Amino acid sequence: MITLEKRPQPSRLWVFATPVLAVVLTMLCGGLLFAALGQNPFETIRTIFLDPLFSEFAWFYRPQLLIKGAPLVLIAIGLSFGFRAGIWNIGAEGQYIVGAIFGAAVGLAFYPMESIIIFPLMIVAGALGGFLWAMIPGILRVRFGTNEILVSLMLVYVAEQLLASMALGVLRNPDGMGFPGSRNLAQYDSATSWINQSAGLHWGVAFAFIAVICAYVALSRHIFGFNVRLSGQSPRAARFAGVNPSRLVLICMGISGALAGLAGLFEVSGPAGQISIDFNVGYGFTAIIVAFLGRLHPVGILLAGGLMALTYIGGEIAQSNLGLPIAAIQILQGMLLFFLLAVDVLTNYRVRLGKRGIA
Amino acid sequence: MDLTSINPILLLASLMVAATPIILAAIGELVVERAGVLNLGVEGMMITGAICGFVVAVNTGSPWLGFLGAAVGGALVSLVFGFLTQFLLSNQVATGLALTLFGLGLSALMGQGYIGIKAPSFPDWHIPLLGDIPIIGPIIFQHDPMVYVGLFIVAGVWAFLKYSRAGLILRAVGENHEAAHALGYHVVRVRMLAIMFGGACAGLGGAYLSLVRVPQWTEGMTAGAGWIALAIVVFASWRPGRLLLGAYLFGGVTVLQLNLQAAGAEIGVEYLSMAPYLATIAVLVIMRAGRAPGSLGQSFHASR
Repeated sequence: MITLEKRPQPSRLWVFATPVLAVVLTMLCGGLLFAALGQNPFETIRTIFLDPLFSEFAWFYRPQLLIKGAPLVLIAIGLSFGFRAGIWNIGAEGQYIVGAIFGAAVGLAFYPMESIIIFPLMIVAGALGGFLWAMIPGILRVRFGTNEILVSLMLVYVAEQLLASMALGVLRNPDGMGFPGSRNLAQYDSATSWINQSAGLHWGVAFAFIAVICAYVALSRHIFGFNVRLSGQSPRAARFAGVNPSRLVLICMGISGALAGLAGLFEVSGPAGQISIDFNVGYGFTAIIVAFLGRLHPVGILLAGGLMALTYIGGEIAQSNLGLPIAAIQILQGMLLFFLLAVDVLTNYRVRLGKRGIA
Repeated sequence: MDLTSINPILLLASLMVAATPIILAAIGELVVERAGVLNLGVEGMMITGAICGFVVAVNTGSPWLGFLGAAVGGALVSLVFGFLTQFLLSNQVATGLALTLFGLGLSALMGQGYIGIKAPSFPDWHIPLLGDIPIIGPIIFQHDPMVYVGLFIVAGVWAFLKYSRAGLILRAVGENHEAAHALGYHVVRVRMLAIMFGGACAGLGGAYLSLVRVPQWTEGMTAGAGWIALAIVVFASWRPGRLLLGAYLFGGVTVLQLNLQAAGAEIGVEYLSMAPYLATIAVLVIMRAGRAPGSLGQSFHASR
């Protein structure tokens, strides 16, 4: 009989070992899945996890890693604050869309003027858009006690409709001959987020690294980080320590919303280029996996974001070279989160083999 | 805009149809939450049910077998959630989200060869006598059988929770799992059964979308229906009667906005499509939720 025994302290070793174990288990199980789909499991796993980094075309894929990783890390860093404190912002996808709409609208309003001030204004607008969209579930929770999980998620669907309406209406390219979608911001010098397109460098990458550093300092060296961690581990103790729970909800929602909005802005003015109906590709949801895989720790999130970007790019390679359906990658990502949550039991519990004693 | 083109009888009749997938998914989740488990994976179980039901129905030609397959498929994926949360004590919120992400991927993979195929038809029942009553007949008594199956399950759950001994045990487990454990009930076993029931119901709800309401398979076709079902459980204060009210309210908004789109309303199509989601948020804000089951969302570990 296998029994679990609670550890007095979470295991130091397993905190670091569980994400690695989860990745290994995902590869094993993913291999079985690919084999079931009629692929060579070893070749597929190699294509997904190694080819983007080490194949002869890696010079082409490595910049892609930065492009895919930046929004994931940026959003996940924001989410990690709330998740630590038990505040579940699931609607980052919506905040990402609204940030992109706000930012793009500011940029397009100035077209075709060239000025150094335009891009900073767009950054502010993008962050503000995401922030305001996240404030809706935040304020509703604080003021009316509504569930922020459900409200933030409902707002994703609202944001998607808003995006469609913007792409077909107000923000549509007047010179676009009636096609849906806005002007291309990536070709508008004052509004593009590209720093060096061939190297995959855009301002979102820079902001992602800055966010990692700021989050690390805030969590480990600042009273705010202490309050966040305390509220997650013991809400009662946090209240006695003088943490205002309402304010914490608003701050955590605000940070995650603003960062998601920024990610959306950098994406729309760089890699995506324009506001279009299918602008959002699910970064807001994948970032949830990234946040957990990184154990809600800034450095961990950076690594996890890189790994998740790898599966995206590797998945695309496997799709074009091996004909692997892209949905298989989605399953792989879901599986990773499952395994991560499953092996987490080792961090907090000791597994004991033996007979169950009499209670 | 031409409002006269909207027929109130047809509107009310299609309201019942629009509410059915939500009712099915929500009543399952209600039982799960009354047992003290918060399963946020309803969307994932629904879409898995949608594709399982569709695949079975297309291959066998029988919608009934399709619904059976959907229930089995939904229950199977819910077992993953159950195993993780009940035996490995993982965080229920995170695990539910993982189930949704996984279900969306799984359904997309399973549905690859099924895009553009039409589901076998599932004819409406014309209930004799009752269906012939003017006005009320077409609104209530001329639907496909799953509408009544949904209502039957709601009534069954209501009676089960209120009058049966097993229902009392389930509620005890949900209110205070420590006390239920001390009384000798198997908390984990009760919860696993509840989770499987929830999965089966969500699967039925999903299959209703792919087999009756659309009736086709498209990726991501549930479009938030599972999340709306979760919201309706909160709205209903975990009581089956109010759940029906919430689902019909939601169905009404959905059907009305579709009718307004068809009637050529001045407002853009996108803004009308937002209506069901905005209505759900509004309902969550206006309705003060009743008291949630005491142990909702907490892991249970019988320490020695």
